[in-house]
Amino acid sequence: MIAWTIYITFGGALLLLFLPRVFARWLALLTTIAGLALGLAAFIHTPVVDLAHFTTIVRVPWISVLGMEYHLALDGISLTMVMVTGISAVSTVLFSWDLEHRQNEFFFWLLLVVAGCYGVFLSVNLFLFFVFYELVIVPKYFLIAIFGSTNKEYGAMKLTLYSFFGGMFVFIGILVAYVTAGSLDLNQLAQFQFPPQLQWWAFPVMFLGFAVLAGIWPLHTWAPTGHVAAPTAGSMLLAGIVMKLGSYAALRVAMNLFPQGFQLWSKWIAVLAVIGIVYAAAVALRQSDLKFVIGYSSVSHMGFVLLGLATANVLGVSGAVLQMFSHGVIAALLFAVAGRMIYRRTHTRDLDALAGMNLSHALPFAAFTFVIASAASIGIPGFSGFAAEIIILIGAWKTYPVAVWITGAGMVLVAAFTLRALKQSFFGEAGSSVVRMQEGRVALDPDWNEQQSITAAEKIGACLLMFATLAVGVYPKLLLDRIMPAVEAMRFLKSGG
Amino acid sequence: MSYLELLKLASPEAIVVITVLGVLTIGLTTGREAAGATVSTAQPTRNASRRSSTRSAALCSFVAVLGLAVAIGAVLMLPRNATLFGGMLVITPLTSLFKIICIALAVFTVLLTTSEKSLRHPGEFLAIVLLATVGLMLLVGSEELLMIFIGLELLGLSLYVMAAFDKSDLRSAEAGLKYFLFGSTSSAFTLFGISLIYGMSGTTGLAAISAKLATTTVQPLLAVGVVMTLVGFAFKIAAAPFHLWAPDAYQGAPVPSAAFIASGSKVASFVVLGKIVLLGFAPVHGSAAWHGMVAGWSPVLAVLAAFSILLGNLVALAQSNVRRLLAYSAVAHGGYTLLGLVAGGRDGFSAALFYTTTYAITLVGAFGVVGFVRRETGGDDLSNFSGLCSRSPLMAGCMAIFMLSLAGIPPLAGFFGKFYLFSAALRAVPNYGLLWLVALALFGSFISLYYYLMVLKFIFVDKWAEAGADHRSLVTDHVLQKSAICLLAAAVLLLGVMPEILAAQILAAIQ
Repeated sequence: MIAWTIYITFGGALLLLFLPRVFARWLALLTTIAGLALGLAAFIHTPVVDLAHFTTIVRVPWISVLGMEYHLALDGISLTMVMVTGISAVSTVLFSWDLEHRQNEFFFWLLLVVAGCYGVFLSVNLFLFFVFYELVIVPKYFLIAIFGSTNKEYGAMKLTLYSFFGGMFVFIGILVAYVTAGSLDLNQLAQFQFPPQLQWWAFPVMFLGFAVLAGIWPLHTWAPTGHVAAPTAGSMLLAGIVMKLGSYAALRVAMNLFPQGFQLWSKWIAVLAVIGIVYAAAVALRQSDLKFVIGYSSVSHMGFVLLGLATANVLGVSGAVLQMFSHGVIAALLFAVAGRMIYRRTHTRDLDALAGMNLSHALPFAAFTFVIASAASIGIPGFSGFAAEIIILIGAWKTYPVAVWITGAGMVLVAAFTLRALKQSFFGEAGSSVVRMQEGRVALDPDWNEQQSITAAEKIGACLLMFATLAVGVYPKLLLDRIMPAVEAMRFLKSGG
Repeated sequence: MSYLELLKLASPEAIVVITVLGVLTIGLTTGREAAGATVSTAQPTRNASRRSSTRSAALCSFVAVLGLAVAIGAVLMLPRNATLFGGMLVITPLTSLFKIICIALAVFTVLLTTSEKSLRHPGEFLAIVLLATVGLMLLVGSEELLMIFIGLELLGLSLYVMAAFDKSDLRSAEAGLKYFLFGSTSSAFTLFGISLIYGMSGTTGLAAISAKLATTTVQPLLAVGVVMTLVGFAFKIAAAPFHLWAPDAYQGAPVPSAAFIASGSKVASFVVLGKIVLLGFAPVHGSAAWHGMVAGWSPVLAVLAAFSILLGNLVALAQSNVRRLLAYSAVAHGGYTLLGLVAGGRDGFSAALFYTTTYAITLVGAFGVVGFVRRETGGDDLSNFSGLCSRSPLMAGCMAIFMLSLAGIPPLAGFFGKFYLFSAALRAVPNYGLLWLVALALFGSFISLYYYLMVLKFIFVDKWAEAGADHRSLVTDHVLQKSAICLLAAAVLLLGVMPEILAAQILAAIQ
């Protein structure tokens, strides 16, 4: 049933190419809602017991010459990721509602990314997995290069090349695993005992390949530039789902296939993750472009995911998966406010310029959304960010107590830059140079005749995301009950963890 | 051995040769008057003559396609296995399959020719395309060095003429001349190598050579012979550092000729090269493993592959002409394909053949789009492609499929081809001996994504600067050519989603 998320989304994308443009956004919305609904249905109807193992949904032979199968499966982790994909996809379409230029093409590329993500989260066969994984890369290029803003061609190319660069290492890792074990089935490979000397080098190759997409510290620079260059929908998708592909794949493939290699290298991953958290937060503190601030905050938050994975115990890894969900929702919300609600109406993302506008009066709904998103991002209890990060830190405490201290300091930095961005963008003192503003109007750009108050589509999209972060924040067991058994079934866990 | 049986087994070749004669006759009888009329008369008759020459061209292409279709039918009627004259003409499932593939590529080349206005004598051009096809079929269907050489020469001489066919274009003449000079030098190398091997083994049949080599030790003379033969083929498949003719030939030759040089000639060369090294030189395989190189042909091919991948991809980065870019990328793709031969064995050979076939299909399509853009805008630089997606979304979409397949993006044929190739290479040598070459190839395909994306950037992102309206009015809609390109794009997509259609066939055909 949930396999239909992939087919519907691909089908929608293809159909978009042939339909007149009046239908484009409705079709895209319908498709993404169908995807989310299927995810929800699976969430409600699948018994929690079934989610403890990677349970097969579809399995048909595909390329039998080389032993490839079309094989999809579902467990708690995939289900969580499918949910966040569905939520982000729907809100992304809502936030691109009044796009005017080359609409069909835009939604075509967008749906391809979404479909590819569904595919990655559900596939068991390593070849199939890699097909979906690489499929996501190119549509991102077009989304950004055609529809983006600041320095778009550079940002798009950088992001694509980084992704493909990571993909190259993943390719090597997959080939090595395939040739050694003679199988491409993840469930079989997870039972296979790879020789330790092989794991020693194959694990870092594969893990780094995936971690590029997750924005691991020295290889993270594509993320801020890419986020800034991308159209709002593009950054929402990038931060919301695409970065998660990397961390999900690192967990599902790299760590699960080469557990001994992982144990050898896990402390180095933790080091990189902690550096990423602190460094990105410090950099974000000094940015003047709002989107850059959020871009670096993404890198920082993804550092938590990597730290959680590196702990190698149930709590830490489950927290990492929860953080993937939580950050997917929160980052999408932050980018929606910055790129859609603010930038489209003021035509600036410069924090100093925004400080002079006192936007909280002009755009009260946007201000409200941004406050919620910032609170969730900082980790105020009651939002999903808090639930996820605290679980990760508890997990990390068992393995790397030092890391927790440093990360704690990093969290202060996160709070600092988020509050700074919040204050500057919405609650700056109204400067003398700026015209007096009425409710719902921004008078910075007189030539700008677009609809200026927050549209209904934007409100619905924002509410959906806020609801998701609140629901999980208030009752994290909703997801954790499904994630933890699935994590416990993996074999890389340190004994007694 | 009766001549009747020879005729029966060589019926596909015979049919194509007869078609050549037919096309030549039609071209001579209908095309010439038209050409004469163009020179002598004034406006009113000119239109009429143009119409009659178009009709003649259409008739020629129709006969050519018909002949090729009948030839495919004849290939299907052939017995499964047969050998004539000690391997001069061999029929196996493999040769039949690749004869069909070569003929199909020729059909698409003919379809691309139909809308090419710069070729003044379509009948003669098509006749030469068909002759080249006969060369391909002889090459594919022989396991004897002399016959292979004759096939190479027939193919080569036809291709030189095809490259230089556009008499009004200086570049075409340059392409033809360069191709001819390099090609004839490479033929000399091949012939020299063959003669040395003949001297060593006393035979020209591949199986017999293999049996002979197995009993002798590796001598310097034999090494020279093997390397010389390989050098000749390296010219043919444009492997670095023997690739120098390729950029000019790809850029200067008329579009259909370039497409045929890049596709048919390459496929057949790889089939033959594979047969020679894997069948004839099997005892001197050697090893290209990183820590255990053993002298033989496989380290030679491995070095050629490494050079081609690096040089092709790096130089392609700097190109501003799409055809030149495709030429350098062809060098790189030749390198990838060599990986399969280096790996050897049934898996490696079939992976190489799968890759080169899908590559050929992709490149014919890409050249089709280049030809379309060239007619529309008068050039084939990257800037001529800008804004193609608003001028012709269909062609832009097809080009995207071709470029992304070349870059190895799923779910297109190039991706599966690479996976198959690299996994075969990694598996062939124990202890990941070929990992260095596989990693290099993957690095190469990482680089290549940049320049393929640049082509797509011009097509999808950039705007068409000049006023497009007057150009558009000149362009007549070439339904036939467009549908041929779409068919190729669909094939690339299909072979990516269901590669088993072809891969299983090839694997079954290699015994």
